[in-house]
Amino acid sequence: MLSPQTNISAPRPTDSPSSSRYAALDNGANMAKRKWQVLPGRNSFYCDGRIMMARQKGVFYLTLGLIVVTCTLFFAFDCPFLAGRLSVAIPIVGALITIFCLSTLLRTSFSDPGVLPRATPDEAADIERQMEVPNPDNPTYRPPPRIKEVTINGQTVKLKYCFTCKIFRPPRASHCSLCDNCVEQFDHHCPWVGNCVGKRNYRFFYLFIVSTCFLAIYVFACNITTIVLLSNEEGGFLEALKRKPARYPLPFNFTPIASIIEALICFISIWSVLGLAGFHTYLVASSQTTNEDIKGTWSSKRSQATFNPYSHGSVISNCCMAICGSLAPSLIDRRGFVVPSDPAVVTSSPTRPLHSYGTAAPTNTVNFSDSEDSNSRLSSSSDSDHHDNKGGLSVTMTSNLTDQSTDPSPFTVANDTMGQRSTSAVTSNGKVLHLGPVNSVHPSPTTPRETQPLLRSEVTMGDGDKQGQTVSPLGAGEGGDSLQGMSNWGLVKLSSV
Amino acid sequence: MAGASYAAQVHEPMAMENIQRQPVPIGKVFIQRDYSDGMKVKFQTKLPLEINDRIDQRMFETTVIRLNEIYGDAEALKARIFCEGCLICLTGYLALLCVKSHYERKVKEAARYIQSQNDEVYAPRGLVLVDPFERGLRVIEIVILPQDRG
Repeated sequence: MLSPQTNISAPRPTDSPSSSRYAALDNGANMAKRKWQVLPGRNSFYCDGRIMMARQKGVFYLTLGLIVVTCTLFFAFDCPFLAGRLSVAIPIVGALITIFCLSTLLRTSFSDPGVLPRATPDEAADIERQMEVPNPDNPTYRPPPRIKEVTINGQTVKLKYCFTCKIFRPPRASHCSLCDNCVEQFDHHCPWVGNCVGKRNYRFFYLFIVSTCFLAIYVFACNITTIVLLSNEEGGFLEALKRKPARYPLPFNFTPIASIIEALICFISIWSVLGLAGFHTYLVASSQTTNEDIKGTWSSKRSQATFNPYSHGSVISNCCMAICGSLAPSLIDRRGFVVPSDPAVVTSSPTRPLHSYGTAAPTNTVNFSDSEDSNSRLSSSSDSDHHDNKGGLSVTMTSNLTDQSTDPSPFTVANDTMGQRSTSAVTSNGKVLHLGPVNSVHPSPTTPRETQPLLRSEVTMGDGDKQGQTVSPLGAGEGGDSLQGMSNWGLVKLSSV
Repeated sequence: MAGASYAAQVHEPMAMENIQRQPVPIGKVFIQRDYSDGMKVKFQTKLPLEINDRIDQRMFETTVIRLNEIYGDAEALKARIFCEGCLICLTGYLALLCVKSHYERKVKEAARYIQSQNDEVYAPRGLVLVDPFERGLRVIEIVILPQDRG
């Protein structure tokens, strides 16, 4: 039975390419890179891709600092005092709320909010083909924003095309300009947690602000209790300050001072956090995002027929889904290994029947197949058991090139699993064209149409495209000569290596 | 062919062999999401024209419908999943460090299903389904391989 090779770079059938560094090794000089290192967007990654945050983290440190300082003072001063006089449950409850609060804060800040991976070159080309052709005479022409209408549960929703990510954004998704990513069910970018708030971390964010409310109220209440009890015991606040406790080597009793500091912090934060918690409780109950609420997208004031198509029916079910629904795994595989995949392949043109492309494998320098075997036999390899690989099929497009849109230095393209160096050709406008691994020395004659789209797709990906330049649709009349020329250029480069 | 021999030195011969047998795709089609039922992951079941000579509508529909079922199951709120979610929440989501969520298990099940479908149904017809999870759950990519005419 024929089965297509799923990953040609895996030397052993039992290895999963995503988990095996060996599968992605080049000539042995460099270890393979993890995908987070080549992800586009403006995120920071730590702990080898386990932690993902926005670039600006100053306010996050402030949030963390405030909570840590307040809780440290609370446990150092208020808790011993109150535990002795009232109940030992006070510090225990305080500890539980603090742990929950910090855990949800770190979860919100460190997790992937629901970033949508950018379109692969094939996908982008397929979408572009369905749009109108930009005016070739005017290179700076940008087509108007593309809209696709879908009907969701009876409501018409417009999907906008994202020029950066080259996808039609799913409903409720939005592009965060700070992080430069499209995020699913985008709520807002929160500087206090140093990350976007989206589908995957909204529940953590909501629980964080709710638990911060509880924590602030609890600590505030304990502070007031401490100050009142201490003042009563010592006969006045100033007398309480003079009392020297044996526990800490301080010239005065710091406990009331600590309580006052904590009370001030809690009092100031409670006003904003309480309001925010109330607002987000309303959003959770009505199954809306901040975006939708601010714009009044589903407000009944718009028209009688407007209703929220994303609601699950009742407040209870909305709350349950938002907080207790199963958490979707991250769509961007941060810790998988970058596996150099095949160079760009021909995408089907709707105007040409597929059989006219023929079955012979093109064996020019842009192609990965061996020139000695120009038959395109389907591989009967049994290496089909590692479909759980995150690197994708090797037959797919150079999706890694998409990931390198901000960094054209071709560490993956240049070092493929064959240990060969890819060639890069500098085109006339200075862009670096990655021709993919160069294997054959003799470029066989190929139909220009077949290889021309290859080159076009690669050109687009190789130039760090962040302005959303559109690719001309395939089939425009570029002669095969320039292609052959570039192939020869690749030859020249190889020979000089 | 300096490059090829260098590669042969570095890697096992099997890698070379695999590359020699690597088929080159001749096209790709993308099955888009179907949002008519809401935000849940559901793909359109209409067979694209480009591959209607390779596989029939019924077989294709079976695959997509089954896939939709698996993903629908991942997002459905049942009592068991709700309890699991509550328990995980009560641990401050620290439990997520140890166990996989229900959704993750379903994604793995979908990947296994696609693999089996590729092996049994699509590969003999020169088609390869790419797991939509690797495309951000946006599209099901179908790679069209040249069929062996020999």
